[in-house]
Amino acid sequence: MGVTVKLPTQLRDAAGGSSAVTVEGGTVGEALNGLYSEHAELRERIADGDGSLRRFVNVYLKGEDIRFLDGLDTEVADGDEVTILPAVAGG
Amino acid sequence: MSPTGAEVIRKIRSEVEEVDPADVKSHLGNGIVLLDVRESEEWDAGHIPGAKHVARGFLESRVEGAIGSDRSQRVVIYCASGQRSALAANTLKHLLGYENVASMNGGITLWKDRGYEVEKPVVLTPQQRDRYSRHLLVPEIGLEGQTKLLNAKVLLLGAGGLGSPTALYLAAAGVGTLGVVDDDEVDLSNLQRQVIHTTDRIGTPKVDSAEIAINGINPDVKVVKYKTRLDASNIMEIIEGYDVIVDGVDNFPTRYLLNDATVRLDIPVVSASILGFDGQLSVFKPHDGPCYRCLYPVPPPAELAPSCGANGVLGVLPGTMGLLQATEVVKLIVGAGEPLVGRLLLYEALGATFTELKVRRDPECPICSIDPSEIDESQMGVFPDYEAFCAAAG
Repeated sequence: MGVTVKLPTQLRDAAGGSSAVTVEGGTVGEALNGLYSEHAELRERIADGDGSLRRFVNVYLKGEDIRFLDGLDTEVADGDEVTILPAVAGG
Repeated sequence: MSPTGAEVIRKIRSEVEEVDPADVKSHLGNGIVLLDVRESEEWDAGHIPGAKHVARGFLESRVEGAIGSDRSQRVVIYCASGQRSALAANTLKHLLGYENVASMNGGITLWKDRGYEVEKPVVLTPQQRDRYSRHLLVPEIGLEGQTKLLNAKVLLLGAGGLGSPTALYLAAAGVGTLGVVDDDEVDLSNLQRQVIHTTDRIGTPKVDSAEIAINGINPDVKVVKYKTRLDASNIMEIIEGYDVIVDGVDNFPTRYLLNDATVRLDIPVVSASILGFDGQLSVFKPHDGPCYRCLYPVPPPAELAPSCGANGVLGVLPGTMGLLQATEVVKLIVGAGEPLVGRLLLYEALGATFTELKVRRDPECPICSIDPSEIDESQMGVFPDYEAFCAAAG
């Protein structure tokens, strides 16, 4: 079943146009690694060299910002939804 | 021989404590009760904000209902010129036992001459009762809510994709003052989504085009035009005095600048952004909820911050998001429902899905974690160079 990672418009071109990708992993960090292994280009768009999230990217698990949970170590379960959200300024 | 009326008034005035309007103004809000004893028509034509009203003819029977029965409270009475209020003060003191009563010298006439604030209660005309009848029928709005809308001042940042539908519906709803900030002119490529503008107004400044559309819908609305770009040098001057700000700007520097200024001035912002088929919406109410920086501590670098011009946007999307903004504005003004504070609503048009995310206040937020009372006056309106800040971020 895995974890569903939802991608915003800006990142879809790096994921072959997909708006959601299903990956395996026990933590948010592992799920994101699963995402990068499928779509290598996403790594540099989302993460810094050391694997931590870039400061302008927000990641939510079931509606909660992982900054206020355990960050990349936050545990995920099968069927959970992870949302990646960068700021948008279009008006 | 009985004294004349003029002699009685003179005697009473000599015995009653009389205070100057300047003195009253400086004590407003410090526990004094201000009582207007003029006739109802005079009260309706304008009164001092926060005053209670009992026409002098009903003073003995109604004053306790209006100001309470505490005989030691400070009561300042006013009328048009200071004569009726002196007589009323005499009655309150000697017949009703209020111990600490004064009459305001010169009345509201002198108050107005000094340039002090006067509040005019909204009395709907028959045309307005008709125009807003569907609002008046909704209990959450009603006459009270409609009055708040007519007295409200809302500033729209941008008369573009988001600002167009927002402006049209807020105008229709009877928001009394709509400020519009935009330095652009109407372009053919705008018309796929910027529905406030028209083909025959291509080349016209957007603020002028928006004014035509707004007043075409509702002549009750006063439009204040700012044909300029919001920047650090003008933002404090422009936004001060507005009740709600609608953020539909198309760039990060202005969004961060707006956030910092509105947190400092304590003005709520209804914020939306759009790209492609995706929209985001939230309400940033300073200190009640998170601010924009709590949500997005830093902007993305320029190469990862696509604009609608470069990437395109579904023409209907700003309509959807702009009207959700307009709805939040009306809710904030009338005080109805649960505003979208501390929540971020995502709309994904292709999948037709809404997702709600929690946004928390960041205890280390460099802007909203500071008590606004601790912000030094000299800091107000002073901002770092946001263009450079955004370009350097990430």
